[in-house]
Amino acid sequence: MRAWKEFTKGIIKENPVFVMALGLCPTLAVTTSAVNGVGMGLASTFVLLGSNTVVSIIKKMVPNKVRIPMYIVVIATFVTLVQMFMKAYFPALDKALGLFIPLIVVNCMILGRAEAFASKNNLFYSIIDALGVGVGFTLALTLIGAIREMLGSNSVFGMQLVEGFQPMGFFVLAPGAFLTIGVLIAIFKAIEKKNKEN
Amino acid sequence: MSISGLFVISVSAILVNNFVLARFLGLCPFMGVSKKLDSAFGMGGAVIFVMTIASAVTWIIQNYILNKFGLQYLQTIAFILVIASLVQFIEMFLHKALPHLYKALGIYLPLITTNCAILGVTILNIDEGYNFLETIVHGFSAGLGFLLALVMMAGIREKLELADVPESLKGLGLTFVTASLMSLAFMGFAGLV
Repeated sequence: MRAWKEFTKGIIKENPVFVMALGLCPTLAVTTSAVNGVGMGLASTFVLLGSNTVVSIIKKMVPNKVRIPMYIVVIATFVTLVQMFMKAYFPALDKALGLFIPLIVVNCMILGRAEAFASKNNLFYSIIDALGVGVGFTLALTLIGAIREMLGSNSVFGMQLVEGFQPMGFFVLAPGAFLTIGVLIAIFKAIEKKNKEN
Repeated sequence: MSISGLFVISVSAILVNNFVLARFLGLCPFMGVSKKLDSAFGMGGAVIFVMTIASAVTWIIQNYILNKFGLQYLQTIAFILVIASLVQFIEMFLHKALPHLYKALGIYLPLITTNCAILGVTILNIDEGYNFLETIVHGFSAGLGFLLALVMMAGIREKLELADVPESLKGLGLTFVTASLMSLAFMGFAGLV
C-alpha cells in the first residue's frame, strides 16, 4: 500500500532529524524537557500539514520562477496562525519555546517537504507525507527532550523518576543538547548499518 | 547611548550568547559549510554582511511601518520577505558593483535566506527593545560570533578528517560531539558581562 509506505518512511527510514539532519535549530534549542519537545513537534507538524496541503493545491498555478517565495509566504502564514493560537491558549508553552515559534518559518524541513514532495504529488499523498514526517519529527524531539530531562532534571514529563539521584545539569544546558543529538545520530547510523548487513 | 553599553551588547552577542553555541541559531550552515576553512570564512563573511543590513532594515520596518499601523502580527511574514528580497538585492548589487567581493561570497548568499540566525537576530532586536544603533551593533556582533564559531569548527574538522574514529560516529555525529565540547568551553564566558 503506497499510502502506508509514504506515512511510515518519515518516521524511521527518512527521519527528518536523525537521518536527514533537517530542522536542527528547534530540535536542540527547545528540547530541555519532553513537554517542550512535544509542543514544538506538534506546532511544526501543524505548519507542515498546512503548507503541504496548500502547496499541493496551488502547485499548478504557481510559476516556476517564484515558487520558493510563494512557499515561504504560505509557510509564514501558517506560522503566524500557530503563533497567535499558542499565545492565546498555551501562554506557558509559548514562553518556553519563545523565539523558536516564529523561526518555524525557516525550518528547512518544512520548505524541503514543500519543494521535494508536495509540489510533485497530489493532495492525498501530500497530507499523508506531512503527517508521517511530522510524527517522525515530533517523536525525535520528544525522545531528545525525554533523555535530556531524565539526565538533566531527573524527571520525564514533569514526573520525578529516581529518588536521591543527583541530576546532571549539564544535559539541560547547550553542550548537553549537542552531545545528546550527536550520540543519537551515531546510534541511528549504527542500527541502520546493522540492518543493511542482515 | 554610551559606548560601554554598545560594548556590552557586542561582547554578549559574540561570546556569552554566541548564536550557534549558546542560542542554537544557524545550525544548518554550521554543520553544512564547516568542512573547509575557506568556505567557512566565505560563509561567515556573507552572514555578517547580511545580518548587519537585515537588522537595520527590519528595525526601520518594525518601528515605522508595523508599529505605526498596529500590524505587529505580520512581523514574521514581513521579516522573512524582507530578508529574502534583501539577500537577492545584495547579490545583484555585489555582482554589479563589487565583483571581487561577489566572487568570494556569491555562492553562500542564496543559502542565507533559510539561515535561521538571520531571522532570529532581527526578531531578537525587536524583542530586546534595542534602538537603531544598538540594533546595528547587535546584528554585526552576532554575525561575528557566527563567523568565530564556524571558523573554529572548520579548523577542528580539517584535523579530524585524519583521525581514526568509529564508523558510525563519522560525519554528523562527531561534529555534534565536537560542537558540544566547544559549547562547553564557551560556557566559560558566562558572567563576563
